[in-house]
Amino acid sequence: MMNRKTANINRMDLVSGFTLAIIGIGFAAGSLHYSLGTAARPGPGYFPFGLGVILALLGGLISASSLLKGRAKAPTDGAFPWRPLLCITGGLVFFAFALPRTGFMISFPVLIVITCSARSDFRWSESIATAIALTLICLAVFVSGLQLNIPLWPG
Amino acid sequence: MELLHNLATGFHTSLALINLWYALLGTVLGTLIGVLPGLGPVSTIAMLLPSMYGLEPTSAIILLAGIYYGAQYGGSTTAILINVPGEASSVVTALDGYQMARRGRAGAALAVAALGSFFAGTVGTLVVAAFAPPLTELAFQFGAPENCALMLLGLVGTVVLASGPLIKALAMMVLGLLLGQINTDAITAVPRFSFDIPELMDGISFVVIAMGLFSFGEIIANLGRSADQRTIMAGNINGLWPSRQDFREAAPAVARGSLLGCILGVLPGAGPILASFGAYSIEKRIAKHPEAFGKGAIAGVAAPESANNAAAQTAFIPMLTLGIPTSAVMALMIGAMTIMGIQPGPQVMTSNPQLFWGLITSMWIGNLFLVILNLPLIGIWIRLLTLPYRFLFPAITGFCVIGVYTLSNNHFDLYCTAFFALVGFLMIRFGYEPAPLILGFILGPMLEENLRRSLLMSRGRWSIFMDRPISAAMLGITAVFLMAVMVPAIRKKRVEVFSE
Repeated sequence: MMNRKTANINRMDLVSGFTLAIIGIGFAAGSLHYSLGTAARPGPGYFPFGLGVILALLGGLISASSLLKGRAKAPTDGAFPWRPLLCITGGLVFFAFALPRTGFMISFPVLIVITCSARSDFRWSESIATAIALTLICLAVFVSGLQLNIPLWPG
Repeated sequence: MELLHNLATGFHTSLALINLWYALLGTVLGTLIGVLPGLGPVSTIAMLLPSMYGLEPTSAIILLAGIYYGAQYGGSTTAILINVPGEASSVVTALDGYQMARRGRAGAALAVAALGSFFAGTVGTLVVAAFAPPLTELAFQFGAPENCALMLLGLVGTVVLASGPLIKALAMMVLGLLLGQINTDAITAVPRFSFDIPELMDGISFVVIAMGLFSFGEIIANLGRSADQRTIMAGNINGLWPSRQDFREAAPAVARGSLLGCILGVLPGAGPILASFGAYSIEKRIAKHPEAFGKGAIAGVAAPESANNAAAQTAFIPMLTLGIPTSAVMALMIGAMTIMGIQPGPQVMTSNPQLFWGLITSMWIGNLFLVILNLPLIGIWIRLLTLPYRFLFPAITGFCVIGVYTLSNNHFDLYCTAFFALVGFLMIRFGYEPAPLILGFILGPMLEENLRRSLLMSRGRWSIFMDRPISAAMLGITAVFLMAVMVPAIRKKRVEVFSE
């Protein structure tokens, strides 16, 4: 496909730099809950406070320099991939929730089908076949072979 | 002849049938995951870690080391055949290797890469064997300030090598250090940034972060890109043996690459990557026909491959002598040693000589396996390359979730993985590298502890780092690194190299 879109990279820097600055401020503020101590007797908040301030400064610098550069177009990887993003992270969240409740034999094949649906050319038959095959392989390798402790069935 | 005596101890261990088997298993497994895109040594070792409890420590470490350098080897195979470097250290190999393959000389490129790697591995093993004991002596003199300076050097090393703007890499390093602060303070036992979640009081497992950022972030980004078009340049690999001309051109490059790799590999951070880039640019600079580079020069394959393999061997030196991990893989090795009740650090050499020397000699045996097994087996690896991505990414997902879950049998880790998958994807999307973050995260708690101990020692005077010669020297190298990237000429070069 030849849909290599362009995007304003400097605006992306502005947003990401700002986010990093917020995270830095958050850590610095959070470390005030712990004792900072002095240079001679640094407390548990000493190191994270310093790092938070540094991250806030770096993030601010990334944002500020993107403002100075103005608008610039650069190729990106195309449209924002909502579908893969939701399917992969959603599949992981589902598995985290379902594994302790339903066991491996139910949650794992469902995870694989959810994962497969990340592709726009998703096909049910192929995904279910992949799910069954992978479940059997993992059962053989990890449960029978490596003797890992994984709950298999509900309850 | 203490060296010979030590090597004999080592071979006695590594030639035991069981350890030969684990070295073989490790190298084959390593090559496999090196060939498969999206599954790196970190995820693989993390998956195997829970099943290691039952193994003899030496066998387990030999297996893990085999996976590590086998993956380097497999990574260069994909670099040559499909222009997709399986591991970061084989990025440069793709430049000339793929061009050789396009000219129907894939066999010669693969053979030179393998033989060069073997030679470099031999040199690397000897260097480790010769220098580890004196360095261990030195390591016993390391105090908190020296450890601090060494870790800072490692962090800055990764930052300098990250692609993209320096400031973004620095920000990722600091973010990694901060994420490492989510734990229970080692000195005062105060839980920090844990929001009363018991799992967070032990800190986030770095396997979770590594898998989230590297495996899942990468999968999401890959699926978002246009359909993968891979052309495998393996039309005729029948001419495996390089010509005499090839040997004449490759041999000096291999020697120079091995030497450079041995030196740079010791540096914490990204030794193998730095070594391969460095070796390539040296060859290009001193070549009689520099214009041939990028168009299939055999020295352009031989030098970086030897360099990254030599560096992969000597990268064990800081881990073995100081107990300081210099990369995610080394951190896993240390994790594995700790699981099996071996406290990493300078005392390992005297308290567990079988493990220490057995590991070193097994690396040489493993490299031999790679040459004698993989050149004939190349057809199988090529077949694996043709495996479509739509079967691959569900499999990687499946293996990774099992690895994450069995690490501590806690589904909380799976939620964290989902979170870091999102973070990893956003980082790729917004042009931030994950490598500095992960090393920052690994070294964060250690750096903090050593920094605070240093300040306690000096009663709050920061000059302690400059008063002690070893620490001052390492900080000096760190400063040179940073300044080197800021010099416009080198910066331009760095952009050039990474944009290839």
